[in-house]
Amino acid sequence: MNYSALIPLFPLVGFIIVGLFGKRLASEKLVGSIASGAILASFVTAVMTFMDLLAMPADARSVIVPVYTWIATGSFSVDIAYQFDQLSILFTLIITGIGFLIHVYSIGYMHGDKSFPRFFAYLNLFVFMMLNLVLANNMLLTFLGWEGVGLASYLLIGFWYNRTFDGTNIVWTGDAAKKAFIVNRIGDFGVLLAMFMLFNTFGTLDYNAINAGAPIVWAKGALPVTIITLLLFLGCTGKSAQIPLGIWLPDAMAGPTPVSALIHAATMVTSGIFLIARTNVLFALSPDTMAVIVGVGITTALVAGTIGVVQNDIKKVLAYSTVSQLGFMFVALGVGAFTAGVFHVMTHAFFKALLFLGSGSVIHGMHEEQDIQKMGGLKKYMPITYKTFLIGTLAISGIPFLSGFFSKDEILWFAFLNGSPLLWGVGVLAAFTTAFYMWRLTHLTFLGNERFDHHHVHPHESPATMTIPLIVLAVLSVFGGLLGVPHVIGHVVHMPNLLEDWLAPVFAVGNGFLVPHVGDHTSTEWLLMAISTVVAISGIMLARSIYAGGNAKADALAKRFSALYKLLWNKYFVDEAYHLAIVGPIFAMSRDLMWKFVDIVIIDGFINGSARTVGAFAGTLRKIQSGVAQNYALMMMAGIVILVAVMVYPLLRP
Amino acid sequence: MMPALFQVLPLVVIWLALGAVGIVIQAYVRNTKLVFGYYLGTLALTAILAVVTAGAKGTMFSGMITTGGYANFFDVLFCSAGILSMIAARPYLQRLDGELDEFYTLLVSAVTGMMLMAHSNHMLVTFIGVELMSISFYVMSGFLRSDIRSVEAALKYFLLGAFASGFLVYGMALIYGATGSLEFGAIGSAVVSDALRFPVLFAIGATLLVIGFCFKIAAFPFHQWAPDVYEGAPTAVTAFMSTGGKAAAFSALIPIASVVMAGDSVVTGQMQLMVAIVSAVTMLVGNISAIAQSNVKRMLAYSSIAHAGYMLMGIVNGTTSGSEAIVFYATAYTFMQIGAFVIVGILEREEGGHLQLDDYAGLGKRQPVLAALMSIFLFSLAGIPPLGGFFGKYLLFVSAIDAGFTWLTIVAVASSVISVWFYLGLVVKMYFTEPSGDTSESPSGIAAITLAVSTVAVIALGIVPGWITSVIRSWPPMLTP
Repeated sequence: MNYSALIPLFPLVGFIIVGLFGKRLASEKLVGSIASGAILASFVTAVMTFMDLLAMPADARSVIVPVYTWIATGSFSVDIAYQFDQLSILFTLIITGIGFLIHVYSIGYMHGDKSFPRFFAYLNLFVFMMLNLVLANNMLLTFLGWEGVGLASYLLIGFWYNRTFDGTNIVWTGDAAKKAFIVNRIGDFGVLLAMFMLFNTFGTLDYNAINAGAPIVWAKGALPVTIITLLLFLGCTGKSAQIPLGIWLPDAMAGPTPVSALIHAATMVTSGIFLIARTNVLFALSPDTMAVIVGVGITTALVAGTIGVVQNDIKKVLAYSTVSQLGFMFVALGVGAFTAGVFHVMTHAFFKALLFLGSGSVIHGMHEEQDIQKMGGLKKYMPITYKTFLIGTLAISGIPFLSGFFSKDEILWFAFLNGSPLLWGVGVLAAFTTAFYMWRLTHLTFLGNERFDHHHVHPHESPATMTIPLIVLAVLSVFGGLLGVPHVIGHVVHMPNLLEDWLAPVFAVGNGFLVPHVGDHTSTEWLLMAISTVVAISGIMLARSIYAGGNAKADALAKRFSALYKLLWNKYFVDEAYHLAIVGPIFAMSRDLMWKFVDIVIIDGFINGSARTVGAFAGTLRKIQSGVAQNYALMMMAGIVILVAVMVYPLLRP
Repeated sequence: MMPALFQVLPLVVIWLALGAVGIVIQAYVRNTKLVFGYYLGTLALTAILAVVTAGAKGTMFSGMITTGGYANFFDVLFCSAGILSMIAARPYLQRLDGELDEFYTLLVSAVTGMMLMAHSNHMLVTFIGVELMSISFYVMSGFLRSDIRSVEAALKYFLLGAFASGFLVYGMALIYGATGSLEFGAIGSAVVSDALRFPVLFAIGATLLVIGFCFKIAAFPFHQWAPDVYEGAPTAVTAFMSTGGKAAAFSALIPIASVVMAGDSVVTGQMQLMVAIVSAVTMLVGNISAIAQSNVKRMLAYSSIAHAGYMLMGIVNGTTSGSEAIVFYATAYTFMQIGAFVIVGILEREEGGHLQLDDYAGLGKRQPVLAALMSIFLFSLAGIPPLGGFFGKYLLFVSAIDAGFTWLTIVAVASSVISVWFYLGLVVKMYFTEPSGDTSESPSGIAAITLAVSTVAVIALGIVPGWITSVIRSWPPMLTP
């Protein structure tokens, strides 16, 4: 299976060709074909690899292909090596498959953009990094991908840098990009520390060695493994936009819409789920961390879902929806239903990519308009976009037998079974908000009266390069769920849960440490399934009844609950709180403490022994900054005295 | 005699080329192009000889000089830094009307000093090396004689540098008093066998010695000269000083620290803790101060303080893996920092013009190649994989954990998160803002060679770091005190 190592190579080659020669190629078609072709080649190779794995016996389906020794020094050695197994190939198929569709879509969407080649170069770079993330056989290579996707995401969020973007403390798209990168670095801080601790314990960063060694080194619930998993989870909250680091994702919508679909919905944001699934043994060993994950996941699902209810930017609604759905996935992981979490990653990739691309088609047809209050009635102008978007809406809402129904229901079922009825209840509430805001979005965009300016805006259906990917994704959104039919239904219709059987070996060890919940819950499961279906439909019906007759009812409601509305509209003021509590103080420290206090007060005030100096020098700050040599010397002297005293003191003690 | 002389060939060649021939050429020929070419050739030849003689491990001149392996690696690094800076300096100085033959002589004499520091096996040689390098730097800092900031930088650097040298030499004297020797091996055995005559004096001496080097690498609280001097000095000089100079100080500090910290006494533990604290505060102060800077040169100066803090983590470790990490980091750092400063130099205008963050607005559009290379250097400085800076940091962080200083690693990781803020701020300026003000082209001239080499090095160190680490690992154990 050595050929499988080519999977990440194709996008790299694409990136180099398009990045270096893109401008000289001059033809959009050629650039688009090279970039999309690279991803298609990866996808085909991934399918072949998948077939090869399928032909093997279930417990042998893990092949490591070493490429070269990356670094070897003393005790520390890391290879560039790819691990092809059930988990990584699933993610690879999603990344390359959906990635290919989005590349094709982008040829139409980015048509005429002056930086067309640059866009495709970045997209290929992203896919390359993402494949490294999921295919790595060790954490360091994953970390390379982890940082790399962050970089690509950063470059793509700020792609249209000369556009303004409306966000909290954000004016330009460049600010949004920077925010995304820095918030993610805080999460990376956790991943790096966890990596150091793992290396310190195992002397290696190979996943297989770590997963195999962890149960030997640590007992269940041991403190080190809890700390390590919490640190890893901090990284996941960054990449996968969970509380407390989720604030960057809505602002990431500043990027072009295909980017939002690929990076900020289908692939990159699920890296957190991937990382936990990859190191599931560690997490299974730490019940405390699992509890934290459940708490964070369910809170995020509900909080983001409620914010989504009042937003008016078509992409921001979808962004909050993504955050909320990711919360569901973490709930699944947290209650130990790893397969359900990964299943939802897959179905969500289908329907959320569909919804984002659909919104892109709308934005494209509406001449860059994103405010759903200025849309309405687009159904007749964009029939294909409307139909596919509708399918996406029904799928995400959990309407029976579409893909989202199966995966979300499985999560809710395990939340009930392994968690508690309360957890299930909150989950159902979050699912209700999902159905509500999605229908609100669909209604305000495609149905009702036309609220746009007919003289300036002439909505039109998008070209075939854009609608064909929509249709493919719509088909996947409808039937994708059949890969993971829950046993309770499968039993009736004689369909196995293919995905669970496929992934079982990956989670076998981890599952061994979790409390098994077995027993005949059939009737309960049917009942819960019925309730959540009713809830989903009533969410849609409620949205329909509020928005069917225009915005009057909605405005009345907003007025009546104005405090709540304000809270949701301002996203619970989280951004403001962070700015006040973290960003402000660090900057103030740099400017006021390091410079004004140390340089002016200590050096010029304290050492010169006079407060007057501060006033006298205040007018000529520039002079102070260039500093007075004697004062530096005095500072040095003080340093020398202190350091020597520290050194000698223990020696002089009797 | 022949084989013995072969070992020190790099030192001999650069010494003869500089002292016996170079100064004569420079005094009588007065052809800048020739002098430039001559010194370029000298450095290249020295580097090649250093590679050739790398296997000849041993000591020379009554044990005052070590040869081979470690020292030769640094020879190559210093010569490379010298060559790269020299190539970049030529168009820079021509543009600012400050090109004199002496500049190249001084640069090569600084390289000679650095090489002595790396080859030193005796405090006296270390001191000569430090002074040769520093005095060359003092003059080079003030090379733009008509620019008041350059002159001020030179004077300030000289005054404070002389002050620091005083402590360095005082520390050496105390160590001599405590151990009866200035030779590293002898000091090491005295420490290990606990044969110190005056342990307290030894502790003070060792502290002063480390402090002297802390000044040279610009570690807190002996860092304050650095932003002023780095900002005021000609940018080409800053590029060389902040990389070669720092690497040289570490090349001397590593063996010295390993002998004074050789024992298992209170002194060693205390020293480790002291260096760890200095390291932690240095990186925090460097990175936090850099955030508020609006002058790019000054921002990079503060960031270079932070990088010294990172490298000190390897000293805290005190074992081979720590010094390996420092050597790797110093190599990566040299290329990325030279690259960044050279770009700053290319964009700079007379009288310190075009150094503000705002002058970089829209650079991605105006000069896409320069902006792309600058981003690579900045991302490497920030420690983003897969660039050289990432692996350097990684190795250093691992070495601190190995030494049991997990808290230091936490501080280091946290401060490198902070550093992303300002590195990225510059990238945002270059790519995500519209050009404004004076947007005239800045040709890079032959400095393009420096940029190309640095870029390749920074990327290669990230993708195939094994090449360098395997070289570093092939050395025999550095010192056997």
